Amino acid sequence: MLGYFIRRLLAAIPVMLVVALSVFLLLRLSPGDPAVIIAGDMASAEQVASIRAALGLDQPIYTQFFIWIGNMLQGDFGTSLISQTSVLSMITQRLEPTISLAIAAIVFTVLISVPLGVIAAWRQGSWIDNLVMSISVVGFSVPVFVIGYVLIQVFAIELGWLPVQGYRSLENGVGEFARRLVLPALTLSSVYIALIARMTRASMLEVLKEDYIRTARAKGLGERLILFRHALRNAGVPILTVIGTGFALMVSGVVVTESVFNIPGLGRLIVDAVLARDYPVIQALILLTAGLYVVINLLIDLSYAITDPRIRY
Amino acid sequence: MPTHLHTQELPARYSLHGLVTRLLRLRPRTTTLIAATTLLLIVLMALFAPLIATQDPTALSPTSRLESMSAAHWLGTDAYGRDLFSRVVYGAQVSLAVGVGVAFLTVLIGLPLGLLAGYFRAIDAVLMRFMDGLMAIPGILAAIAIVSLTSANLWTLMIAITVPEIPQIVRLVRSQVLATREEAFVEAAVLMSTPTRTILWRHLMPNTFAPLIVQCTYVCAAAILTEATLSFLGVGLSSEIPTWGNIMSDGRTYFQLQPSLIFCAGLLLSLCILSINLLGDAARDSLDPVMKRKEG
Amino acid sequence: MSTQDPVLHVDALVVETTDKTPKQILKAVSFEIHAGETLCLVGESGSGKSVSSLTTLGLLPPGSLRATSGRVLLDGEDLLQATPKRLIELRGSRMAMIFQEPMTALNPVLTVGKQLDEVLACHTQASGAERRAQVLDALEQVHLPDIQRMYTSYPHQLSGGQRQRIMIAMALLLKPRLLIADEPTTALDVTTQHQILKLIRELQEKHGTAVLFITHDMGVVVDIADRVCVMNTGVIVEQGPVNQVLSSPREAYTRRLLTAVPSLTPRPPRPERGPRRVLDVAELAKEYGVSKRLFNGWRKPRTGTRAVNDVSFHLLEGRTLGIVGESGSGKSTLARCVMRLIDPTGGTIRINGQDIADLHPRGLKPHRGRIQMVFQDPYRSLNPRITIGQSLIEGPMNYGKPRREALAQAEELLQLVGLPPDAIDRFPHQFSGGQRQRIAIARALAMEPDVIVADEAVSALDVSVQAQVLALFDDIQKRLGVSILFITHDLRVAAQICDDVLVMQRGQVVEYGPAQQVLGHPQASYTRQLIAVAPGRSWNFAAFAPAS
Repeated sequence: MLGYFIRRLLAAIPVMLVVALSVFLLLRLSPGDPAVIIAGDMASAEQVASIRAALGLDQPIYTQFFIWIGNMLQGDFGTSLISQTSVLSMITQRLEPTISLAIAAIVFTVLISVPLGVIAAWRQGSWIDNLVMSISVVGFSVPVFVIGYVLIQVFAIELGWLPVQGYRSLENGVGEFARRLVLPALTLSSVYIALIARMTRASMLEVLKEDYIRTARAKGLGERLILFRHALRNAGVPILTVIGTGFALMVSGVVVTESVFNIPGLGRLIVDAVLARDYPVIQALILLTAGLYVVINLLIDLSYAITDPRIRY
Repeated sequence: MPTHLHTQELPARYSLHGLVTRLLRLRPRTTTLIAATTLLLIVLMALFAPLIATQDPTALSPTSRLESMSAAHWLGTDAYGRDLFSRVVYGAQVSLAVGVGVAFLTVLIGLPLGLLAGYFRAIDAVLMRFMDGLMAIPGILAAIAIVSLTSANLWTLMIAITVPEIPQIVRLVRSQVLATREEAFVEAAVLMSTPTRTILWRHLMPNTFAPLIVQCTYVCAAAILTEATLSFLGVGLSSEIPTWGNIMSDGRTYFQLQPSLIFCAGLLLSLCILSINLLGDAARDSLDPVMKRKEG
Repeated sequence: MSTQDPVLHVDALVVETTDKTPKQILKAVSFEIHAGETLCLVGESGSGKSVSSLTTLGLLPPGSLRATSGRVLLDGEDLLQATPKRLIELRGSRMAMIFQEPMTALNPVLTVGKQLDEVLACHTQASGAERRAQVLDALEQVHLPDIQRMYTSYPHQLSGGQRQRIMIAMALLLKPRLLIADEPTTALDVTTQHQILKLIRELQEKHGTAVLFITHDMGVVVDIADRVCVMNTGVIVEQGPVNQVLSSPREAYTRRLLTAVPSLTPRPPRPERGPRRVLDVAELAKEYGVSKRLFNGWRKPRTGTRAVNDVSFHLLEGRTLGIVGESGSGKSTLARCVMRLIDPTGGTIRINGQDIADLHPRGLKPHRGRIQMVFQDPYRSLNPRITIGQSLIEGPMNYGKPRREALAQAEELLQLVGLPPDAIDRFPHQFSGGQRQRIAIARALAMEPDVIVADEAVSALDVSVQAQVLALFDDIQKRLGVSILFITHDLRVAAQICDDVLVMQRGQVVEYGPAQQVLGHPQASYTRQLIAVAPGRSWNFAAFAPAS
């Protein structure tokens, strides 16, 4: 198990290198000189050159890459070109809202989508199956920001139950924190609920066709035992996989949701950084999410071993 | 974006000819019919936008800002006094162009890469590591970065959306090739000294078509969604160009005053994506032959 | 036979498909089974024999099949009228079932003990300790070793035979009145099959269970049945005591089925056609897991598993050599090595004197045409997307034959293998399994090879189709003088078609010689054992009489 963990960790290194290289090259080769942006419109050529030297931009490109990688490995993510503060501190400041939002959304998702998917598979072709499938295909198709505005219109503006926008930190009391988190979390989970419910159903349908389910029926087990003890555990692996690959959806959802609800999280940070061409922040955030993606998928791989005794590393 | 859902291989034991007739003969369910009709209407709207639109979608009119529905402005106007109806009609053009363009580009690049990765082990090792790296960058971030760092025009936009979609297609084609190359008929071809390129072209590639067609529809829907998201965040095409995402982006500030800006464009966008996804589901269901259990 | 009421009485049962134009899968099927009796339902694929058993248990796939009339009486209670709740009560306690695929019939994520335990937990009020004792007792009864360890094992840790024993233990846990066994030994090797059949017999006698045994294999029928029902396309053609049906079948269909079963007695020896050795294999070896990497680092050098170890044989022109063995014997690996689909790790393969064991792909090309292969699964050996004609001309055209000549040759070949010439423009899915195998043979012949390697080429076919394809092999050999290397697990097939036989076990040659000698007077103890466990050995089907 430990050996497998280490091997997987080593295998992640080339992946991260590819990510780092693409991010680095993409940002360095694109038009727009960071030194010019920092110096401002009125700067002289000498000023630009000195800024360039200070940033190390006059070095050959591969030297820049290795310096950059070296700094990253030491936890130095650089300094924002715009606010002149450390990128790391900018990120940590924005962490709380994003994490709260993501956790709330995942809780909603699991509570709603897995039971829906199981019931839909069990009663394949019934009205409840059709309903779940319809909700799910609509959930995929309606963009997150449209769902966000519909929820605001209904629950905040028409009914006035919840605040329209904004975020309140957990420090300022659980009540307001939760009230302001409900709509964004529902918005963010919409696409996820659709995805996981659909995957749960598909995976359950697959498993329910297996020979051992027929065996379980042949030995006279009740439907509930068959569904939850025999089928769901076997259907778990593909569902977990989708939660992993769905991470990309989560990221795009976070970016959009934070924009719709004016939440000062990492999603806002990256949009602002892109609009301001703040390279170090963009690089750091993309690397961070890619790293998170790799870690999450590693954890999911390891969790297969818990659900499936056939997998021994 | 239901893309990764459908990458499981679809057993397809039919000739290409049979595959096409199956698609055509598909006895559509009501939902599929409605979806096809909706999509057709949107396509017609995009093609004949100049005839349908009542006004120039980019004409500013400072005197008639944020007007509500009227005979002159069927859906009202936006913060610059532009006619919302005309902008929504024109918005279909960009969305469909991006959807079709990206689907085409991903197949154009992904299909050959997937074939090579599936057949040649050496290429596979290198290429798939690279694809793993690409997969690790969430698509929306990659697209945001590419679009905002180059100047955003239709081409860079399509490329920016295509790049993150490629790994999925490559993986799909590769898995299909890996499964098919184990089939006895491919081994038989090797034993008859059939050249490798013929094996790829005649024996392996056609077996990837069925899942590829399905995946293409999902890529198309996902691309339309991503384009709208980019515009909505303000990092897509220039805000003068009427796209559904831009209209909604303009509407954010005035949401409580003029919610129709967001809801009109949002409704069309959702309907467009929904109908493409429904057609994709229908194609998948009809191309996925029901595997009948052998009965004794 | 018992004079009591039957345990199971199936009366004029009709099962139909549920689509808009219902098709009858079972057409008024009737039979009964008494306590302590074994009834065999025997038939080829599509005969409806499995549907009968699933209907009895109420396990027909809901959206596709349903019983429309007739009665299924278990101890007088009509199961077709029973509520779902009542059916759940009866399943596992009064009637139980074992299935064909032991590898997939057990839930992979639950321990064996748990899966047996839940039968008791659902049907009885026994306490945990009582249940455990009962489960261990059941494992004991099916003669599993180390039952404490078995109890906590997961299915993937056990062999196919062990899993089937566990299925049997599970089925008999509550001493059901009726046991349904649906092809329970088809996926097993003959040795294991023999043991499992013995076990079913033993437990049946002990508990007086009525057994409904479904099989396609006449040999198994001889070994296990008291009475037989012969089924064909949803109808019971003939039923009666096993000796009567086998020795004096009343129906033509039954006669045909019986005569199609190949005899275990080897064919009479044939004169040699010529002295030319078309295939000469010497000291061939294939070792897996030999590390070829440059950087072995701190890892210990591993010795690989030897799938094929030091195998030598030769094949004369116009003769057939059978390679016989159970699964895992290395016979298929051997065939693939000879074809150079995989690279052998040692030895020589001479085709017409030329060693091809070490040739590079380019150097191999001139020799590829000399040796061609027919694969096991007829559904996977033809590209579903191209026409039969395109499949047939592909090889010759690779060697420079003009398209028109190749097409003309393809038509001749289709005729030779007994297919109409218009088959050339059709697609594989328009043909049955047997026809596809004929096409695969034609494709191999199109290359005008000296040797055809047939890897389990008739194993996936029904017995009557199998007989036809074997006759075709014999026929083309007579006409074209081609040599055949015939890989099979089935001693009956080997006895019918081979001049010489080579028996393999764990990658090594156990015995090699003329068929008459190897199968008639086996020297190696392994060969003798294989022959001893061959199902239905006591009966000569073609003669409708016990084997002498």
